[in-house]
Order: sequence, then C-alpha cells, then structure tokens
Amino acid sequence: MSQSYNRGLIEDFSRWREFEAGMWAWIFHKFTGWVLIGYLFTHIAVLSTAIPASGAETAVLQAGNDVYTQTIVSLEGLLLVRVLEVGLLAVAVFHMLNGARLLLVDLGVGLESQDKSFYASLVLTGAITVASVPTFIAGAF
Amino acid sequence: MAQRYSSFEKGGRMWLLQRVTAAFLLVVLAFHFFLLHFVHHADEVSFLMSAGRMETMSYYSLMVLFLLTATFHGVNGVYNALVNQGLTGTKRTVIKWTLVAASVVLILQGIRTANAWAGIPLY
Repeated sequence: MSQSYNRGLIEDFSRWREFEAGMWAWIFHKFTGWVLIGYLFTHIAVLSTAIPASGAETAVLQAGNDVYTQTIVSLEGLLLVRVLEVGLLAVAVFHMLNGARLLLVDLGVGLESQDKSFYASLVLTGAITVASVPTFIAGAF
Repeated sequence: MAQRYSSFEKGGRMWLLQRVTAAFLLVVLAFHFFLLHFVHHADEVSFLMSAGRMETMSYYSLMVLFLLTATFHGVNGVYNALVNQGLTGTKRTVIKWTLVAASVVLILQGIRTANAWAGIPLY
C-alpha cells in the first residue's frame, strides 16, 4: 500500500545551508526560471517595436531607419547588453540542461546519479557559455 | 484511501503539460539561439530580415507555438513556485488570474508582432 507524505513547505530557502547537489540544482533551476520568464516579457516588449515599424515606407525599411531596426541596433551597440546576452545564454543553457536532467529523472533515468548529472550540467553550461563569448561580443567594439 | 506521493493536483494534467512543453522548448529554444546568434548575428538584425523569416508559414507557426509553449511553461512554473512556497486561498486565486491575464497580454502582443512581420493585417 502506498504511503502518504507530509512534506510541509517544499520551498524552504533556509535549506541552502545544507550543501547538497540536488538542493543547489533546485535553487539554480528556480532562479534561472524567474530570469527567463522575466526576459520573455522584456523580449516581446522590445520586439513589439516591429508593429509601428511595419507602417514605414519601403525605402526607410531598406535603409534600416525604421524604429525596430534602430532599437535593436542601438541596444546591440551597448557593451552592457552584449554582456547581459552572454548571461542570458548561460541562464538558458543551465535551465535547459538541468531541465533535461529533471525530465530524465521523471522518466526513471539517472536518479542515482542525479548529483553527477547536476555537476555535468554546470560544467557544460560553463563550456558552452565561454565558447559563445566571441560570437556574442563580435562587433560590439 | 491510499494516497499517492505527489505535489500535484488535477490528476497531474498541468504537471504533464509542463513536461511536454519543456521537451518542445528544449529543441526550439536551442534552434532559436542558434539561428539568431550564430547563423545570423544580433547586430545584423533588421526589420526586413525578420519579416523575411516570418513570412514563411512554417517559421511563423513555429514561432507562435514557441510563444504559446514558452508562456505556458514560464507562467505555470512561476505559479507552481508560488504554490510550493505556501500560496493559498484568495491570494492564490488572485495571483492565478493575474498570471492568466499577463499570459493573455503577452501572447496577444507576441502574435501582433509576428503578424506585423508576416504582413498579416491583424495587428
């Protein structure tokens, strides 16, 4: 017969002091999730400048003088934005790799090695982020 | 009656949707990053290039589906986090419907933007 559990509050942030790989995976997944949903709203807001831009004359669009192109080009011209984009990539890659790890655990794969797969997610995130820096920074100077 | 170990309600339908959208987003988000940062570069973005992609029906549909799944996955994730944190009662209902309203606004605005690029006169 299956057993019932009272887990109380699942999110008890004071638990971060007890070092456990799974706890940190949980904290990072939550943090990166909040960043990504926040970014999604910002992203759509910035892309919305395409709505007024679509009314511009063809010549203006071809010259890239419309409000959408100008907004993106000015944002991409800021080094801070480029650095934040690298941060966004790191956040997204971690959330994806750790998410894949969680999906596998839900499917019954790899629960015993969940700590190792968390460390692997961190190392891969670091490697992909570092390898992407030249692409993300290109043309910023 | 025996209880099952689970923090989820409603027969786990939302739980399953969260995971199905996760699997979809894994692929599409990777594609999105790859296409818009590695194939094309962020500083080369222009209205006409974005419009060129969005005028293709397959790309437009994929991006609308991307918007729908990302909004669901993100907003449902936020809601789950708050519920796990102990959100109950009236506060829970108010926050739930605020999140639903925010999702609707985000999706409508996203589709209006996609339509502006695709030349669909609904924006």
